[in-house]
Amino acid sequence: MSGTATAARAWALLADVPDPEIPVLSVLDLGIVRDVRESTDGREVSVIITPTYSGCPATEVIAHDVRSALETSYDAVDVQTQLSPAWTTDWMSEAGRQKLHQFGIAPPSGRANVINIGTTIGHRPPDHLLVDHVRSDAPDGCPRCGSPDVEELAGFGSTPCKALWRCTSCREPFDYFKKH
Amino acid sequence: MSPTSEQLPSLQTLADGCLVLSHRLSEWMSLAPTMEEDVALGNIALDLLGQARGLLQQLGDKAGVTEDVLAYFREAQEFRNPLICELPNGDFAHTMLRQLFVDAWLADVWPLLAATTEDPEVRGVAEKAVKENAYHLRHSSSWVLRLGDGTDESHQRMTRALDALWPYRGEIASDAWHDRVAAVLSEATLPVPDRDAWTQRTSAAGWHTEHLGDLLAEMQSLARAHPGASW
Repeated sequence: MSGTATAARAWALLADVPDPEIPVLSVLDLGIVRDVRESTDGREVSVIITPTYSGCPATEVIAHDVRSALETSYDAVDVQTQLSPAWTTDWMSEAGRQKLHQFGIAPPSGRANVINIGTTIGHRPPDHLLVDHVRSDAPDGCPRCGSPDVEELAGFGSTPCKALWRCTSCREPFDYFKKH
Repeated sequence: MSPTSEQLPSLQTLADGCLVLSHRLSEWMSLAPTMEEDVALGNIALDLLGQARGLLQQLGDKAGVTEDVLAYFREAQEFRNPLICELPNGDFAHTMLRQLFVDAWLADVWPLLAATTEDPEVRGVAEKAVKENAYHLRHSSSWVLRLGDGTDESHQRMTRALDALWPYRGEIASDAWHDRVAAVLSEATLPVPDRDAWTQRTSAAGWHTEHLGDLLAEMQSLARAHPGASW
């Protein structure tokens, strides 16, 4: 659709569409909304979203929720999925990172252009066996007590984007949003 | 030496390999040794399924059919997945070594595809898969290390898996693959078999093991019993 790229009304509506699996984050916080265009008469809107993980079951729900939210205010809504460039946690907003932290999920640490996967208790492959993209990916600290002393319990968690970690100071397990 | 773009598998081989292996891993659900492992295998299966769907959608668009037609309404002879992806799970050691072999293959395939394809949608699938596969490879490598360099029992099971799977490396092995896998096997105190040993290579012609038919019978039965159903 040609038209204006400002679409302030649509952006405001999208700010209230939560991620279905981590509802503390909006789709804007996640950084999956790549473009929003409004027709010149303001009656139609088109949105481009980029999925987070290849098989993430939330993707279809998100597309549905985005459509429902926009249909309250537009006559026609077009939601398209665009795969390239692939989503990265670098697109997550600073506000989103803060919200994750407050929710008890450690936000991704640093930038994803070089992913390092860190210590896994007792069975971490030596660095020379890991491909370039994966050396140490580790949270900055415990989202509850702030201690930097944390260890990985499992590299895969309750959703594709998370790993399970534990704080060795306060002993609480917590989710880490993997750098991706 | 890393593979070149001429050595990339066809998109059909890649899509079918991801789809079939995803189904195999899903057979572990609720049966894995620990709950964390159930979660890990489920996550890996889901990533592979998403990668397969991304490619099948592109292939379907070109052929004028949906991804479901390609996944559910082709016969075994029409699948082009590497044979190793369809082999039964065996024990946990067998599953993890098979996973290492496939992850080590994809560790070269996905970046090369992302860098060379002219199709932006295929590039998107590949770019995403590069990172997902990095986590898969870490997982399978770590288990091969733990079990190979573990107890007498686990070492024995890994050795048995190696004997069983080595003849199925032919469709996925490059020099880079051999180097990558040999590094893990050595670290795991496992023997590194001869890279020139005989190997199976028949999937490109549609010749599969007897196991693919059984797998498809289960995977495709619902869609074939209720064609076009939606829920």
